[in-house]
Amino acid sequence: MSDDGQPTTAAAGSDIEAAIRENHPALITYITAGDPSLEETKAYVEALDRGGADLIELGLPFSEPVAEGATIQAAINRALEAGTTQEGFFELVDELETEAPLLVMTYYNMILQYGEATADVGPFVERAADAGLSGIIVPDLPAEEADPLRTACDDHGLDLVFIVAPTTEGERLDRIMSQVSGFAYVQARLGTTGARGDVSSATHESLARLAEYDVPKAVGFGVSEGDHAAEIVEAGADGVIVGSALIDIIASSDDPVADLEAKAAELKRGAVRGGESLTNDVEDAPEPEQP
Amino acid sequence: MSTSDHDHDSIRERDSEATFGDYGGQYVPEALMPALQELEDAYERYVLNNEDGFMDEFRERMRDFGGRPTPLQRADRLSERYDREIYLKREDLVHGGAHKLNNALGQVLLAKYMGKERIIAETGAGQHGTATAMAAAHLDMPCEIYMGRTDVNRQRPNVYRMRMNGAEVNPVDAGSGTLKEAINETMRDWATTVERTHYVIGSVVGPHPFPKLVRDFQAVIGQEARQQIQQQAGRLPDSVVACAGGGSNTMGTFHEFVPDDDVSLYAVEAGGSSLQIDEDEGVAPNSATLSTGTDGVLHGAMTKLLQSEDGQIVESHSVSAGLDYAGVGPELSHLVETGRVTPVNVGDEAALNGFHRLSNLEGIIPALESSHALGYLEEQHEELGDLVVVNVSGRGDKDLETVLEETETRDLEAAPDVEVFDS
Ligand SMILES: Cc1ncc(COP(=O)(O)O)c(C=O)c1O
Repeated sequence: MSDDGQPTTAAAGSDIEAAIRENHPALITYITAGDPSLEETKAYVEALDRGGADLIELGLPFSEPVAEGATIQAAINRALEAGTTQEGFFELVDELETEAPLLVMTYYNMILQYGEATADVGPFVERAADAGLSGIIVPDLPAEEADPLRTACDDHGLDLVFIVAPTTEGERLDRIMSQVSGFAYVQARLGTTGARGDVSSATHESLARLAEYDVPKAVGFGVSEGDHAAEIVEAGADGVIVGSALIDIIASSDDPVADLEAKAAELKRGAVRGGESLTNDVEDAPEPEQP
Repeated sequence: MSTSDHDHDSIRERDSEATFGDYGGQYVPEALMPALQELEDAYERYVLNNEDGFMDEFRERMRDFGGRPTPLQRADRLSERYDREIYLKREDLVHGGAHKLNNALGQVLLAKYMGKERIIAETGAGQHGTATAMAAAHLDMPCEIYMGRTDVNRQRPNVYRMRMNGAEVNPVDAGSGTLKEAINETMRDWATTVERTHYVIGSVVGPHPFPKLVRDFQAVIGQEARQQIQQQAGRLPDSVVACAGGGSNTMGTFHEFVPDDDVSLYAVEAGGSSLQIDEDEGVAPNSATLSTGTDGVLHGAMTKLLQSEDGQIVESHSVSAGLDYAGVGPELSHLVETGRVTPVNVGDEAALNGFHRLSNLEGIIPALESSHALGYLEEQHEELGDLVVVNVSGRGDKDLETVLEETETRDLEAAPDVEVFDS
């Protein structure tokens, strides 16, 4: 999704919000770049795009993934063992031409180390914008530490997505929601990423708590099936985020390209079903936004 | 219109309390931020302001259960050998055999005051794990310890010690199965159970307020030593020497001396077998973070790290498991950056000789970690002035197996003959 050298403007940062509003309810997928190789990642991303993903998060692997459960840890290990580098990652993004906007999900140290100078976020963000990425998610960067990255993202027209946890409340929640760009990543439950068999009660509580904020909300951490997607959208989410369930396919399927495309389609159908039942039974359903 | 066009009011004024110059901070998943705020609050109330007599109870328990104060001992043979006054701060005499209990007991007690119901901790060699298990047993708190699979297999006595004290030990299979992975896994547990669990971090590392909290519990080392040296030698020392892994015995020893500009402070890191990083293998055959590391974020803090140019953390190495860590406390990074602390290092062999020398000359078997400080003393005593304090952070009984193995395969000048047991 290279932007062909067009000047980057703040408008580029709205790709993400537009993708969610126009494709409401949205499917957001995560896979780890380089698992098991960058070439295969390219084919997988294209499959997800065809299957119905409205936004695609690509993980740039870091050796110490503290927010990740066993499935994504294993994917990151495979990617690092395959020799995935920052430059290799950006070259993959340079080549990708997807309909869905792309985001990078990585840990803060990776962002600090890219480029010549250490501990400077500028070069990473500039390269991300050049490659055509629309946003950044950093699971170990709470809003309190995010000023340098947010400034760089604003300068280059990228969204910086913040995570809202079940423990995020009160004044901190207000301030995070006022700074979110793109969407609010609603963490469905305490703990790490990983496919689960049900939708947590914390998801319902979090969405109720966030209902008053006029920011798109997407729920991740544990979503693995179309029925979960339906339930989460019914509970008020604008999108669902699925990662580990896709990585399980990559790790075990004989035909991951076909299976990823089918899984994306199942999840998207689930989300749409949730949206429909909402419009059918609930009087105060949100207006579908026009771009 | 981009939603990123919002105005730039920060979520909070960057909290200068959370940093040491450019280092420190709180780089953790959002789910943990409320717990860190709760801990900051508890730190201020109980530790800084002694609310409900917390610090009084802590000191009393460190006396009755922990064996404090520890002596500052003049080392007669070393003083003769180096032709200057050498004093040893005897943290090896703390209950459990190392300075680790100062922090573990402080944090478990704090967790109790905070109403937490469960203790978790990481451990590398098992020293912090054993100290935490002891403290948890003493204070009747359920306790789980995360330990890398490799470490579990090579530290079986410590694993059993923890279990004898009632702790559950959870092996961690990720990565190379050592300390770094154990910390990652403990953070994951904490992110899941944060509402009722306290994470007793094992050194002056991690997100704010841990580096300050752990330092303040360990600062008793330097508080005692500073008084003792003035009583026994009549003045402040010319230099203070301590080994540095994460840096808790180091900051604990140095903290009280930091304002004493005429006292030189030396942090001795593990030089391992070489100071180079092998980028292809992602391995540094040393743990000399302060001497050779670059700035980055690991385990919640901006600090000096052993990392590849691409930002991946590399595996560190040292003959001493307790120094074997790719990061270091942010306050030490800052004190090195400002020139107040001098980072130095000695390799595996110098440490092993330091181990044997102290055993042989003074009748004290030091931990391999502490032996790095003694190795530096042997190499550079002429730089250290006439009056030197060395922190003996722990005792070396735990290291005998390693030392036997290493002594058999090397030609160590200070070691007695291993073959002596042959018939
Ligand atoms: C006896 C002893 N000294 C030193 C250390 C290193 O830790 P720190 O640098 O935090 O003092 C350890 C760690 O296990 C230890 O057991």
